[in-house]
Amino acid sequence: MIGRRAKGAANSEGGSHVQIHVTVNGTAHDSDVEPRTLLVHYVREALGLTGTNVGCDTSSCGACSLHINGEAVKSCTVLAVQADGADILTIEGLAQNGEMHPMQKAFMENHGLQCGYCTPGMVMAATSFLKENPNPTEREVRLGLEGNLCRCTGYHNIVQAVLACAAGS
Amino acid sequence: MTVTEDRPASVIGQRLLRREDPALLTGEAKYTNDLNIPGALHLAVLRSPYAHARITSIDVAEAAKMPGVVAAYSGADLAALWAGPMPCAWPVTADMKNPVHYPLAVSKAAYAGDGVACVLATSDAAARDAIEAINVSYEPLEAVIDLNDALSDRVVIHDELGTNKSYTWDLKVEGHEGQVDEAFAAAAHTVSERYVQQRLIPMAMEPRAVAAVPQPYGGDLVLYSSTQVPHILKIMTALTLGIPEQQIRVIAPTVGGGFGSKLNVYAEELLCVALARKHGLPVRWNEERVENAHATIHGRGQIQNIELAADADGKVTAVRVRLLADMGAYLQLVTPGIPILGAFLYAGVYDIPLAYDFSCTGVFTTMTPTDAYRGAGRPEATYAIERAMDTLAAQMGIDPVELRRRNFIRKEQFPYTAFSGLVYDSADHDGAATKALALADYDGVRARQKTQNVEGATKRLGIGVSTYFEMCGLAPSRVLASLNYVAGGWEAATVRVLPTSKIQVVSGTAPHGQGHETAWSMIVAEKMGVSPDDIDVLHSDTAIAPLGLDTYGSRSLPVGGVAIAMACDKVIAKAAKIAAHQLEANEADLEYSGGAFTVKGSPDRSMPLAAIAFEAFTAHNLPDGLEPNLEAQVTYDPPNFSWPFGTHICTVEVDTETGQVDVLQYVAVDDCGVQVNPLIVDGQVHGGVVQGLAQALYEEAIFDSDGNLKSSTLAEYLVPAASDVPSITLGHTVTPSPTNQLGVKGIGEAGTIGAAPAVINAVVDALSGLGITDVAMPASPHNVWKAMQAASTKSAKTKSANTESANTESAIRGATT
Repeated sequence: MIGRRAKGAANSEGGSHVQIHVTVNGTAHDSDVEPRTLLVHYVREALGLTGTNVGCDTSSCGACSLHINGEAVKSCTVLAVQADGADILTIEGLAQNGEMHPMQKAFMENHGLQCGYCTPGMVMAATSFLKENPNPTEREVRLGLEGNLCRCTGYHNIVQAVLACAAGS
Repeated sequence: MTVTEDRPASVIGQRLLRREDPALLTGEAKYTNDLNIPGALHLAVLRSPYAHARITSIDVAEAAKMPGVVAAYSGADLAALWAGPMPCAWPVTADMKNPVHYPLAVSKAAYAGDGVACVLATSDAAARDAIEAINVSYEPLEAVIDLNDALSDRVVIHDELGTNKSYTWDLKVEGHEGQVDEAFAAAAHTVSERYVQQRLIPMAMEPRAVAAVPQPYGGDLVLYSSTQVPHILKIMTALTLGIPEQQIRVIAPTVGGGFGSKLNVYAEELLCVALARKHGLPVRWNEERVENAHATIHGRGQIQNIELAADADGKVTAVRVRLLADMGAYLQLVTPGIPILGAFLYAGVYDIPLAYDFSCTGVFTTMTPTDAYRGAGRPEATYAIERAMDTLAAQMGIDPVELRRRNFIRKEQFPYTAFSGLVYDSADHDGAATKALALADYDGVRARQKTQNVEGATKRLGIGVSTYFEMCGLAPSRVLASLNYVAGGWEAATVRVLPTSKIQVVSGTAPHGQGHETAWSMIVAEKMGVSPDDIDVLHSDTAIAPLGLDTYGSRSLPVGGVAIAMACDKVIAKAAKIAAHQLEANEADLEYSGGAFTVKGSPDRSMPLAAIAFEAFTAHNLPDGLEPNLEAQVTYDPPNFSWPFGTHICTVEVDTETGQVDVLQYVAVDDCGVQVNPLIVDGQVHGGVVQGLAQALYEEAIFDSDGNLKSSTLAEYLVPAASDVPSITLGHTVTPSPTNQLGVKGIGEAGTIGAAPAVINAVVDALSGLGITDVAMPASPHNVWKAMQAASTKSAKTKSANTESANTESAIRGATT
């Protein structure tokens, strides 16, 4: 269970709305959502946080990765109602006081992005990964990011960015 | 303006970090589907579940009553909206067959995914729910997924054409047609190979998205699209919908990758525009991944037969190629031309005489239309010649690198006029190969093979080489004319110095990940002697950059970038007139450096560009007859393609018990002439290599016999993950192009062109001791296993045949003794 139990269960028509309380990038939100709403659609459409991208329909690409309670999650695998009570961090909340997070800087310095579409998810996955494994080998970085697909970079510079970030922190 | 005396002598060549990155890294960048468009209706398209079916009826009434639905339409309902059919801009032959098709099919669906009806609703979910309620009656027909079956016309897909054959296009050397047969007759060695270029799905990470937004009064409309070709899209939208072109403004916001798949004019773009006009409201559509796999173009899809003739030394004396190319169900924007783009490259980087014979036949199938995918015809060509060269080397018992060296066009032969009449601008193939061989420790791997690949070894080491040309920088307009391409190949640029001395650059290129804003600012900084930070780059909006031919075919730098450099020259020339006037000097006595004009020999008599820009703006004291303001526009038509080249070497280990291929090392030495920003060049090569490697090892659009796409999600279509691919060792040589002032060539497709043959050559090399001479792409464990099975069956047959003949021989001996 990711968050606490949402108030008001979905009725059988699935059309009713359920109230959830979430904290996103430090701001509290009370929202009424359709039970079928995915968390990724909630942050994109209800909150206007369009940095989290959708790249597939099968939870394969990882473009929608964000943090729930500090851990990277593909937000297309989570219903918004399941996130009730959770603390969510999206790519928009990663930079602090206008200063990019060291992982964002490492991606820039190592040319770890081209078209940028996978990038928010990749950065969120990478920051979560380094929390679990602060001093990874190259192979461990590759395995740690295998849930996030990139079509532009061939991963070479993404891996370099994550290794550089690990070395710098 | 910051005049940067302390800046490095040259901006070009710096690994400048990309100015595009902060917006992308913080989530602030807006892709089309991120745009907030109040009141927009959402379009959903109902797609045929059948690959080939007659549509007998469509009933949208139930769908129209669903919650949130504004309208529901069949193809027939919208027929009056189209002024013309979906466009194909490349009729490769005069008699090419091109089935008329519209954004929604009316009487027949020709592939699984063909749009047949649509819904407009107030939300995306409501629209998608409602298309489920549309009732379509189909009469299913037989699918055609095999290219030879298609060519047989057993089942004709487009009744009105009477055949599945679209065209046959030939390239022969006029006046030398007989030389091919003569060369084969006289050859000491010949090879005849058949390769299959499996269908690939481009899978840009951003699916397509469109939003058509009517403007207040007068019928103007803004079309936002995730496209590589906003300019081409504007023209084609005007033509296919009968809208005056000046009423359409196309904007490609941040675009999440294309790889050729967004070099097109798509049904959903035209549907959004037509329906936005019909309803007087914004209409938007975003593609799901499963739709992307079905309804965005596919790439490759060719059966290649290549024959080489060679003399006793292995010098190639003739090349003969027969292609059967899968057009898919319809011709999209440049579908028929894709295999033709490869037609000139089947001789690879080799010095062959005029004995060249190429023919390509395009056939329709009941599968997703094919079109440009990274490299577009050139990876296919390079694969065929590079695999065939390895086969020839194996047949002759010589090292494949040695065979290539015997055939390379030598450095001193450039510029080299090829059999085709095309002139290869510059190259040093031996230099690139030598560098790559050293980086890959080629001799060391060969030595290790001797100890590792012993009889019975289950982990076999292989090394594969490919040497390539990337014919890119599309393209000299007259060459395109000779190929029956409808448009030209020029690119436009405007450089404008603003009153406060900041510089605006307007380019007709349309980047979608390539970092043009950074690269173009560097070119202008270099030319104008100012900081890149003082330069703004504008693009991808036809109202801001009205002239342009967009981004594809590794053309942006060698055509668009050169146009920018030329526009800078014109600005400097005009600025010189103002400086001469102000400094009371002769224009010829001025020199421009570091962002200022100085009178030669009088360093104190100087005028910075900032002051000149302000003079040009106020126009208080300009030379007589000189127009105010400081800007210049250039439209540049390149005199030649650009010809980047290189050598890629792949080292693999193949597990003969599992069929698993592990890539141990990948070396790419690419020469794209002068590198504007090596950081970006490296990134292009990395990404290109992995896409080529993915074709070699992982990816394939798989259709069942009924024409259903079985690999329609990213769970089934194996775009490699980080854990599936190696780090890449890069090397570069720099052979400037003599055809443009920057000395640059393209780099976008090189990695993809070089990679697939290097990988498969390595896999075949690893298994060569087992009698294996080819492995089908993708070299998945299953395909490796199949190749091993076929080889062991063959070897068993050969053994038994040998035993039989030995028995016969001894019987004869016995009879005679």
